Amino acid sequence: MMQLNCPWCGPRDENEFVCGGTTHIDRPALGADDTQWGRYLFFRDNPKGVHLERWRHASGCGQWFNMARHTVTHAVLAVYRLGEPPPAAGKS
Amino acid sequence: MRYSALALLRGALSGHRNWPPVWRSPEPRAQYDVVIVGGGGHGLASAYYLAKNHGLSNVAVLERGWLGGGNTGRNTTVVRSNYLYPESARLYDFSLRLYEGLARELNFNIMLSQRGHLMLAHSRHDLESMSRWANTMLMHGIDAKLLTRDEVGALVPALDLSGEARYPVLGAFMQPRAGTARHDAVAWGYARGADRLGVDIIQNCEVTGFVKDANGHVTGVDTSRGRILAPRIGIAAAGHSSVLAKLAGFSLPVVSYALQAMVTEPVKPRLDTVVISPGTGAYVSQSDKGEMVIGASLDLFPSYAQRGSFGVLQGVLGATLAMFPSFSRLRLMRQWAGIVDVVHDSSPIIGPTPVPGLYINCGWGTGGFKAIPVGGWTFAHVLATGRSHELAEAFQLERFVTGRLIDEAAASGIAH
Repeated sequence: MMQLNCPWCGPRDENEFVCGGTTHIDRPALGADDTQWGRYLFFRDNPKGVHLERWRHASGCGQWFNMARHTVTHAVLAVYRLGEPPPAAGKS
Repeated sequence: MRYSALALLRGALSGHRNWPPVWRSPEPRAQYDVVIVGGGGHGLASAYYLAKNHGLSNVAVLERGWLGGGNTGRNTTVVRSNYLYPESARLYDFSLRLYEGLARELNFNIMLSQRGHLMLAHSRHDLESMSRWANTMLMHGIDAKLLTRDEVGALVPALDLSGEARYPVLGAFMQPRAGTARHDAVAWGYARGADRLGVDIIQNCEVTGFVKDANGHVTGVDTSRGRILAPRIGIAAAGHSSVLAKLAGFSLPVVSYALQAMVTEPVKPRLDTVVISPGTGAYVSQSDKGEMVIGASLDLFPSYAQRGSFGVLQGVLGATLAMFPSFSRLRLMRQWAGIVDVVHDSSPIIGPTPVPGLYINCGWGTGGFKAIPVGGWTFAHVLATGRSHELAEAFQLERFVTGRLIDEAAASGIAH
């Protein structure tokens, strides 16, 4: 089981958390056409490697935060708060 | 050679020393009419139907590892067609009907066992949605029936129906024609069938890039065994679809997750049907060897690691033992995961991609095994003719722009 480091509560077991999928997705402008809107809703990079994603400490403090995690090794490379720019580890 | 009782007898008389290899292992040629990337069930079935239905035998199947070593060898072997929407019902029942004739067609025993598939209702609301579901299936001409609690008890005596059961069972919804098939045999049967029709099956050949002409039309692939040219290329790579799509320069509405399964030590016959409890996220059947085959729900975070996390394992075993207390002393022998390609509406994508000449068969998510025959049949059709098969028309990539999704989240069986 992965241990994830909640920025507020410290390291906890993975099953206290819920993964909210890819983070840093920009909502398109109001005038977006169907293609842009579809890409925003459904299309993801789905990398085999470092993935920037958001998690929520659902059975703990309930807060959302960002993580850079490797999708093959599951190694957590960085934990950072919502609104913060991605760390260098995620820019591979 | 054709397998038969006589062939078996001949083999026995010569001490079983002269059986020929089931398929060739040719060197890749420089050029083919069609190249299929991915030697799992869907890729092999596509190659078989390209040759059989469309007369195209100058075809290669490229597999990075070994045949059927991905999800084809990692699933829980369940076949069924209990889907809700008409497009899916047609698609999956066509697949089940192909499975029903497949051993004869391929002259290869796929060990299809139509032992029935029971979905347990743990609440009155489950019962109501299941009666809607069963009625919809009957209207589509697919077998379905609702069972009372007593009927469930008669069919599955190992199930805990006592008042103390952690998850009370109120009834069940059953597809009698559903069941299991041997997953390796499906891959090997299609491989042998395709090979006999002239298809080259090339293992240990990883695609590292796509070759395009000045107009952006795909003209071939670069592989670990050199460049192979083909005017039409099909991707059937399940959990690795996004990786190949990225190499080709487009993205997909796919997220890859690990889906776990596990088997216990073999025991005498105890369970002669497939039992799934969607509410608790576990399903169980007993293999012909006697192992209890237990399937879990998804590990709900993106992953390309072919192993599952312990949290989900704990949950699924807890749910299984709550349903079947007598399994508590069985030892678990193996546990593994396959990387599944989940899309938002739990329905497949079978058709062209934004790259001309490049086609994709993906998005089967947690339920690709049951769909191998129809996935191959419809993918071969679009690869050979450039037009969608009528069964696959609704399952195109553009539905993620038009919004015409076919949301089979419930019928896909296990929690997403």
